[in-house]
Amino acid sequence: MYHYDEYDHALVQDRVAQFRRQVERRLAGELTEDQFRPLRLMNGLYLQLHAYMLRIAIPYGTLDARQMRKLAYIARRYDKGYGHFTTRHNMQFNWPKLEETPDILAELASVEMHAIQTSGNCIRNVTSDQYAGAAEGEIEDPRIWCEIIRQWSTLHPEFSFLPRKFKIAVTGSEADRAAVKVHDIGLIMRRDGAGQAGFEVIVGGGLGRTPFIGKTIRPFLPKEDLLSYLEAILRVYNQLGRRDNKFKARIKVTVHETGAEEFTRLVEAEWLQIKDSALKLPKQEVDRIARHFEPPAFRVLSKTAPATEARIARDRDFAAWVRHNVAAHKVSGYAIANISLKPIGKPPGDATAEQMDVVADLADAFSFGEIRVTHAQNLVLPHVERDRLPELYDRLAAAGLAASNIGLISDIIACPGLDYCSLANARSIPIAERITERFADRDRLELIGEMQIKSSGCINACGHHHVGHIGILGVDRKGEEHYQVQIGGSASEDAALGRILGRGFSADEVVDVVEKIVDTYLAHRNAGETFIETYRRIGQDPFKERVYGAA
Amino acid sequence: MALLESRTDGPALVEDRFVRLADDAALPAEGAVLVSLVRFEKERAALLARKAPLGVWLASNQTPAAISNELDRLALVALDFPVFSDGRAFSSARLLRERYGYKGELRAIGDVLCEQLPFMLRSGFDTFEMKSPKALEEFRAVVGEVRVVYQPTGDGRATAIDRRLGRR
Amino acid sequence: MGEEVEDMDQVVIANRLSDGLVVFLAAAPGSLQGEWKLRLEQASVASDDARAQELLALGVAAARQEQKVIEPYLIEVERTAEGLRPTLYRERIRCQGPTVRTDLGKQAEAREV
Ligand code: SF4
Repeated sequence: MYHYDEYDHALVQDRVAQFRRQVERRLAGELTEDQFRPLRLMNGLYLQLHAYMLRIAIPYGTLDARQMRKLAYIARRYDKGYGHFTTRHNMQFNWPKLEETPDILAELASVEMHAIQTSGNCIRNVTSDQYAGAAEGEIEDPRIWCEIIRQWSTLHPEFSFLPRKFKIAVTGSEADRAAVKVHDIGLIMRRDGAGQAGFEVIVGGGLGRTPFIGKTIRPFLPKEDLLSYLEAILRVYNQLGRRDNKFKARIKVTVHETGAEEFTRLVEAEWLQIKDSALKLPKQEVDRIARHFEPPAFRVLSKTAPATEARIARDRDFAAWVRHNVAAHKVSGYAIANISLKPIGKPPGDATAEQMDVVADLADAFSFGEIRVTHAQNLVLPHVERDRLPELYDRLAAAGLAASNIGLISDIIACPGLDYCSLANARSIPIAERITERFADRDRLELIGEMQIKSSGCINACGHHHVGHIGILGVDRKGEEHYQVQIGGSASEDAALGRILGRGFSADEVVDVVEKIVDTYLAHRNAGETFIETYRRIGQDPFKERVYGAA
Repeated sequence: MALLESRTDGPALVEDRFVRLADDAALPAEGAVLVSLVRFEKERAALLARKAPLGVWLASNQTPAAISNELDRLALVALDFPVFSDGRAFSSARLLRERYGYKGELRAIGDVLCEQLPFMLRSGFDTFEMKSPKALEEFRAVVGEVRVVYQPTGDGRATAIDRRLGRR
Repeated sequence: MGEEVEDMDQVVIANRLSDGLVVFLAAAPGSLQGEWKLRLEQASVASDDARAQELLALGVAAARQEQKVIEPYLIEVERTAEGLRPTLYRERIRCQGPTVRTDLGKQAEAREV
């Protein structure tokens, strides 16, 4: 993974010193809250329902054991012993003190981490494929380009006061694990006719109040032109994006209102002007960054994994864990191990300091010290020897980290909702907890198969409810928590937005509704069909009938 | 209101030699004036015929392309920040400097947030209308606070990449 | 909402600047000095609108002058057998802590007291 050089270090350290001075001025009363708010937000510090919340970037979801230990330390020393992994490669601490935030940022800087641009109307933490560098079928490790984008977007002088926040996602393979089509800019690595690697550029996707699937504005962009092209898009958006209405300020609306064709024309015209500027990436610099992402020293291993196979044969729980949590690795004899942060009846994405420490130790022992965080709020050990999976599993189980449900119905994405978030209309976590409890039975879980439930506490859609197979949205109805349910969304290559089922439900009803939807699927599915496949074949009506009764 | 100028030897408080004219105010016979784009377009000939320096200010929704052919006749272009969070003028400034080659005074007016000064400098502004009585101290405190820049802009500062490659 | 409602009372709620924790204003009628308390039970309760506005004005002025709290505003509370209780569920959660972590926040501290 990438390691800071002296310049990266200097920037982050200067930034900490700057924030320390700003906090001192605020505490001394020299800055008012109105003056201070934009400054703290630039450093990821929010004020939530119960306390401040600090959002820390985990750039493109990669971190090492040392960094994970630091997060554990911060959780213990400065917070209440736990942290929350979000849907955007961030970690949130829910109880930091303002007075101590500069110290927390200094701790983070010591392990090459920061909270810069995790908030505000700027280019946010760039996100990527959690299997980058480990999965089959990758054109290049997308993190090389993520790091290049991270640096370019950090304290960008022109694009720090955009109409609205701006999110970029990059994937290096056809299998889209980064939901690139629902980002402001999505980049998919492609090869042109001559076999050169580059990017398909997708613009204007996004969730929230008016969800859109992004549009391809350039099928192929040479790699060295990445930054000039991004700068052209951002410049057009910065000038054209609406500033009169917060709900229409995202680039998806700009693209929609301008028309994708006209928007593309404007970007291309701007790009022509700056294409050959200093933004053209020097090969030397790309190579320098790429060297940081060279594969670790994989051992030459045999294809067979006798210990793992034997355990699978005799241990049903282990077999389930391997089936659901382990993915194929590009190197023979290795596997990708997912660590589910979705145990039954617990807040999705939360991890205790002890669990973080355990994961760090396991990363050192099994995965070259490497860890990934996923947009589904789980963790990944990307490079595990396949025959050591039993050993890993046992250690995960001892720490309460062996839930075998990746991609299944209890692997729910949920935003913090009204338990923490000041913008929320309704709680999100308790709904998720109750659904996992309802579907706790392993046989039933297996029977249902691949299923994504996503839940947000308000229309901001941090829980990505629009692209859940089943999406749940908390709304406020006459001062009571209320939930809208939609079905048919997808965040993968076949990205689609779900459609609202009908009138909403109380918190007590919503779990039953999910169960009815699942039962409808089970009753209608053909052999081997997933939920989303069945839904696409039979449409919404059978689900509606089951949930609301015959029309 | 203080006017701050960034010079090679540091910031200085300077006197504003321009009078900002309302669109309906009478045009004085003498003295430097700053007018809106609307007024400039309407009274172009009369304004350019005067012997005194002329400035035009652009609202944040007005594109600098509108004056790109007049720049050698302007002594001042001012870009307005109606609220600090409206960042359109950052793009306008870069376009004026880097695309249209404007060399004269480029002023930030309106809601200029002290913490934005480094970004403004990088985008090509060289004077700043600031409300705070401690503008000079604030400028010194924030400018140069972060020693590294990643983005090449018209200010010509060596970026991290330049320094890594030993280009500068 | 609850059937035990007797009266529509209000208190001033805010976040403390230094650590962000939720605090409530306590001030005697007519007083120009208020104190920010961590527990809802310690808040001054306004039972009419004039008193509520007086409390709010005091809270806002204190927030501006002392810069010790952020965003003071009024919430409605009701008197129940267990004490004061905000009428809106959002404010109830603010006054208690996350419902999914009953070991944290004011609900946990209240048990310790
Ligand atoms: S979706 Fe709404 S409630 Fe949930 S975290 Fe985002 S802003 Fe908060």
